Amino acid sequence: MSEPKPLSLYVPEPEFRPGDKPDFSNVPIPKAGSVRKPEIDVEAQDIHDLAYSIIRVMNHDGEAVGPWAGLLSDDEVKRGLEDMLRVRAFDSRMLKAQRQGKTSFYMQALGEEAIACAFARALRPGDMNFPTYRQQGLLLSSDYPMVDMMNQIYSNAADPLKGRQLPIMYSSKQHGFFTISGNLATQFIQGVGWAMASAIKGDDKIATSWIGDGSTAESDFHAAMVFASTYRAPVVLNIVNNQWAISTFQGIARGKAATFAARGLGFGIPSLRVDGNDYLAVYAVAKWATDRARAGLGPTLIEYVTYRAGAHSTSDDPSAYRPKEEFDAWPLGDPVKRLKDYLIKRGAWSEALHVQANEILEAEVAEAQRQAVKNGTLHDGPHSSARTMFEDVYKDMPEHLVRQRQEAGV
Amino acid sequence: MARMTMIQAIRSAMDNAMERDDNVVVFGEDVGYFGGVFRCTEGLQKKYGKQRCFDSPINESGIVGSAIGMAAYGLRPCVEIQFADYVMPAFDQISQEASRIRYRSAGDFTTPMVVRMPTGGGIFGGQTHSQSPEAIFAHVSGIKTVVPSNPYDAKGLLIASIEDDDPVMFLEPKRLYNGPFDGHHDRPVTPWSKHDLGEVPEGHYTVPLGKAAIRREGAEVTVLAYGTMVYVAEAAAAETGIDAEIIDLRTILPLDLETIEASVKKTGRCVIVHEATKTCGFGAELMSVVMEGCFYHLEAPVIRVTGYDTPYPHAHEWEYFPGPARVGKALKKVMEAA
Repeated sequence: MSEPKPLSLYVPEPEFRPGDKPDFSNVPIPKAGSVRKPEIDVEAQDIHDLAYSIIRVMNHDGEAVGPWAGLLSDDEVKRGLEDMLRVRAFDSRMLKAQRQGKTSFYMQALGEEAIACAFARALRPGDMNFPTYRQQGLLLSSDYPMVDMMNQIYSNAADPLKGRQLPIMYSSKQHGFFTISGNLATQFIQGVGWAMASAIKGDDKIATSWIGDGSTAESDFHAAMVFASTYRAPVVLNIVNNQWAISTFQGIARGKAATFAARGLGFGIPSLRVDGNDYLAVYAVAKWATDRARAGLGPTLIEYVTYRAGAHSTSDDPSAYRPKEEFDAWPLGDPVKRLKDYLIKRGAWSEALHVQANEILEAEVAEAQRQAVKNGTLHDGPHSSARTMFEDVYKDMPEHLVRQRQEAGV
Repeated sequence: MARMTMIQAIRSAMDNAMERDDNVVVFGEDVGYFGGVFRCTEGLQKKYGKQRCFDSPINESGIVGSAIGMAAYGLRPCVEIQFADYVMPAFDQISQEASRIRYRSAGDFTTPMVVRMPTGGGIFGGQTHSQSPEAIFAHVSGIKTVVPSNPYDAKGLLIASIEDDDPVMFLEPKRLYNGPFDGHHDRPVTPWSKHDLGEVPEGHYTVPLGKAAIRREGAEVTVLAYGTMVYVAEAAAAETGIDAEIIDLRTILPLDLETIEASVKKTGRCVIVHEATKTCGFGAELMSVVMEGCFYHLEAPVIRVTGYDTPYPHAHEWEYFPGPARVGKALKKVMEAA
């Protein structure tokens, strides 16, 4: 035995920092169509491999292949592409609006649009999402009015949330979108509780909980996993692994050899890992997991492997901690381009149609913005009455708040 | 009417609420099959089934977090945290989630729910089974905090809390579970069967939230107390012969400002008593309320009698506990002033 060395704390580092040339050729990316598709009543222990692989449908030639392919018609896929383009157009315009001082803050979903947009199509009216701040695709794939999203972002007089919430923290019960917190991971267990309630009442509605790779380190992730597995809650537990939690890479939230999906195995929860930039693959796993939940087979954990192509938020500058070229080098590509290539290969789409669709969506977003600006912007107003600040703290305003409101003179 | 302990009254409240409304569910650590470590949920699983009364994993954030989701769905969860000392892992879910769901969604989502927890010392529970965290909850806007002091109120307040549309923290002074305790730990315990407030109707009734009760009318000094300290104050008044008006707050937030202000304006003197630590304890808020509303009526400085700013000790429980001797001393002091 050699002399023992003094201990030293291991602090992981991402492979590439600004100035490095990113190279992901050592990242194992399974071939599209190579991962098996089990029956929905499978036991977690029989699909351990699916938590360590990546389910992919679209290959490099733009073809859908393998057991997870073939679920969507060309028209449905076109609608999916338009949903993603809508998110991208919306994000782009709201990012500019923030730069122009119309609001304080914005968060875009650039590069990970496929996840929320495809998942939304596996849900039914009455189901409830417990989202994070990067699932605007759920609302933009529904009939929720875009202008109301902007009213919320501008905190203006028509903001459905009366100017109380940070921009993008939407809420709509009718559209299955639980009020966004801003505190990380709290929603993950709340979604499980909502799903338990549906089961307690003998209903057929299901819930989805959403979380990012970094926030899986929170205790509430563990709480959700324990409750979901214990009570077989009809919930789909979604981890969006976009590689970056503000400036910390995903290795700060997990050991190198593990995957986020693999966390489900210790709880006996069937766990899948999927190419998050592959709209068809995301839809296929979402359908599989929601079918399981509806059939009373309990929770599914899904890790979406993707890449946060933009900054964390308008308050962040990623050039300070990662190479600018990383997204271009990212082996799973751009979800919009991949779905577009697939549709063109099918003969159902063309470059010209793509340009046209983009123009229509950009006009749609611009028109919504014109409407929203009429209702006001954060700094120039108008806002909801200051009196509303004291409302909805309780159902009925207690005496101490009545006195404070009178003191405020509103 | 029946004679009930506080445990039986709390159980009867949940039984009534579950019988009247299918949306009421009860869960927490050990509350299902076993019926809770203090037996408050005994028999509920057998009567209402495992879907409505069940054991939870040992995860307080999970208990409250899942209850929020259930409440948003339309249920009315009434969950148990085994000891108030254990509630802290759920504090994020209480203080920034349950409390603000209505506000941040502009009323689109609401979370009617009750978080029950045994509070306070006097049972040799040491530093992790004796704390009184009510002031921490009172600091949070959007939740209500209730501390009953007797079986009749416990049942009526718990039913009112379950039927309330806002989240309620329901702190049960565990030293009062089996009888009114006046701090004389060396004397035999009086059972609730020998106390008027141990008379509890079997059926449904409510005691309104936000309303204090005057336990003893008096002219010389107002004592603001809640939970166990109500009986300590009663003993101190009897032993000193001082004509104290003893107010049992019952609800910490929203506070019954009118009752407090009217009483202090009448007596001109005020002693505040609680078992929790002193600094930033709820007594500090009560003192401010009295200063803001009654300053020109005061004849003497207001005094607080509280637990000390130390962890709750085990062997020195009775030195720590604000008993009748300490409260009596404070009563005499405010009477001697001016």
